[in-house]
Amino acid sequence: MTVSETSRRHRAVLPKAARTKVLQRQGAAVALVLMVAVSWLVFPRFGSLDNLRDLALQGSFLVVIAIGMTFVIITGGIDLSVGSLYALGGVLAAWGSQYGFLAALALPLAVCGLIGLINGLLIARTNMAPFIVTLASLLFARGLLLAITDEGANTYQIPADSAFVELGRGTVFGFGYPIFVAAVLAVLGGMVLNRTNFGQNVFATGGAEQSAVLLGVPVAKTKVLVYTMSGTLAGLAGALTAAYLQSGVTVIGVGLELDAIAVVVIGGTLLTGGMGTILGTVIGVGLIKVIQNVINQIGTLDSNYQSVVSGVFLLIVVVLQRILRR
Amino acid sequence: MTQETTQAATRTAASTTAARTRWLQDNGVYVAVAVLLLFNALFTANFLTLGNFTTQLVQAAPVLIVALGMALVIGTEGVDLSVGAVMALAAAVIPLYLGAGPLVAIMMALVVGVLAGAFNGFLVARVGIQPIVATLALLVGGRGLALVIADGQLVQLHDETFLELGTGDVAGIPISVLIAGLLALVVAGLTNRTTFGRQLVAIGGNRKAATLAGLPVNRVLIGVYAITGVLAAIAGVLATSRLAASDPADMGLLMELSAITAVVVGGTPLTGGKVRVLGTVFGVVLMQLVRATLIKHNLPDSIAQMIQAAIIIAAVYVARERR
Repeated sequence: MTVSETSRRHRAVLPKAARTKVLQRQGAAVALVLMVAVSWLVFPRFGSLDNLRDLALQGSFLVVIAIGMTFVIITGGIDLSVGSLYALGGVLAAWGSQYGFLAALALPLAVCGLIGLINGLLIARTNMAPFIVTLASLLFARGLLLAITDEGANTYQIPADSAFVELGRGTVFGFGYPIFVAAVLAVLGGMVLNRTNFGQNVFATGGAEQSAVLLGVPVAKTKVLVYTMSGTLAGLAGALTAAYLQSGVTVIGVGLELDAIAVVVIGGTLLTGGMGTILGTVIGVGLIKVIQNVINQIGTLDSNYQSVVSGVFLLIVVVLQRILRR
Repeated sequence: MTQETTQAATRTAASTTAARTRWLQDNGVYVAVAVLLLFNALFTANFLTLGNFTTQLVQAAPVLIVALGMALVIGTEGVDLSVGAVMALAAAVIPLYLGAGPLVAIMMALVVGVLAGAFNGFLVARVGIQPIVATLALLVGGRGLALVIADGQLVQLHDETFLELGTGDVAGIPISVLIAGLLALVVAGLTNRTTFGRQLVAIGGNRKAATLAGLPVNRVLIGVYAITGVLAAIAGVLATSRLAASDPADMGLLMELSAITAVVVGGTPLTGGKVRVLGTVFGVVLMQLVRATLIKHNLPDSIAQMIQAAIIIAAVYVARERR
């Protein structure tokens, strides 16, 4: 009773601010629920279990990448290298799979994590802009990928009987393993962000870096860690994709960093840093994937409309966020 | 006394180092271009030929035109990710109006560029959205829109006058290079000799102070993004003419990254408040020379990309602001 009284009083004191906050934080969720409900009613195939499974699987790879991006953006940074690292991770996993499951998984995580670590060290220790450092590693990782694939001519195949393939293609009740990997990582990510010292440091770094430094928050260490995490997760997403496709496709992941940034922003994480949630990011991925799915369902609609709709949607979200914040 | 001498020596050494660093910050890109030219003159066959220089310049021209606009935007502490998409939009519009004559088609493409840029500027200045996100929306949506306009098709172009733009020359200098050079002069004049240029740099240096000083911040920002949009459209027109086809799927792909790289390598800091037009021109030339050198020495694309990455890091490391 006291609780409900307090909350009522709060609502009375700050009715508009509270409502705004709810809309700002849950706007993407509301939009997602609406989109799903409408699609379910309008398109009979949308609600089919097959389609939902497919939707979740398509989204899971992006979720894995976007979790890392969320951490980076909350520290006030940005990571443009994830698209290239995703492709590199896939190729390394496919190449490594000839040496067994462990090699196929460890190699992409180690290499992409190392590139992420270098990103982090350069950004934290030398005061270079994250945008330009990760732009350079975008180029570097693409170059490395081309170097190990005979200039992109060689697509490594994963033996069909390899246990690694199971990681990408195996299912539980028809839902692919990557979905569970993404879900577990999202829960872990949310817990790390909200319930650990490291998570608090991430928020503090992005909220007010100077003050954080003065308060003794290990800002440099936090930055190094988030970029390492982002790189590792991009590599993992690549490895999962390779396992799913049974090969290390060299041409994927171009522009994926922008998708990842877009879903993080749609999910309510501010690019200025200091604020954001993993749940929002997952919802952001859901929204983009549902939109794409629906456009595919409307068979007559040019697939090029997908990006137009995504762009317009991103715009609406950021404009709304901005207006609500005033 | 010995101690004093040592201290003085250290101090002099430190100040010499600082001076040297500053000199390198300001002139590094020119030195790098000179070194590369020298290297190529000595070790690359058929490098010092008119034909080769012409080819290099023609290839660099669209990047330079886009980079000039990017330098202005970065000077305001912004960034424009949509330039490649605007090039694609310009390319998609051209075949629609080419029937009414090349001039009309070009004008329409430029109008699209201005509108796209002004839209970005409006989002940044009036709505207050961060430049990265505001222009990201157009990057994502713009190319899709271009493909929708073109119905996803590559269209061959046959208008002689229009194609002349990409292939013709005046006194041996290709028209596109001439235009790029002219635009570089215009942008240099704009930044160094006009009130607009001063205001732009002031806004990039400290937007709050600029607002308090009564500068027309919104108008300048919208103007800067509109200029960047129209420059991207010009680059799109020239590239389309050279290709003799409108190809919205590939036109200007990843151009935003090349342009930003050239600007930053040229010594314009991402933190705003400073625009270096000549540095940007040399940044473009440097990246073009690097690519050409690597190709002429038969280094594969993979190595070329990794070396470019290293050059970007090195350039930014030298030019970074000290804490």
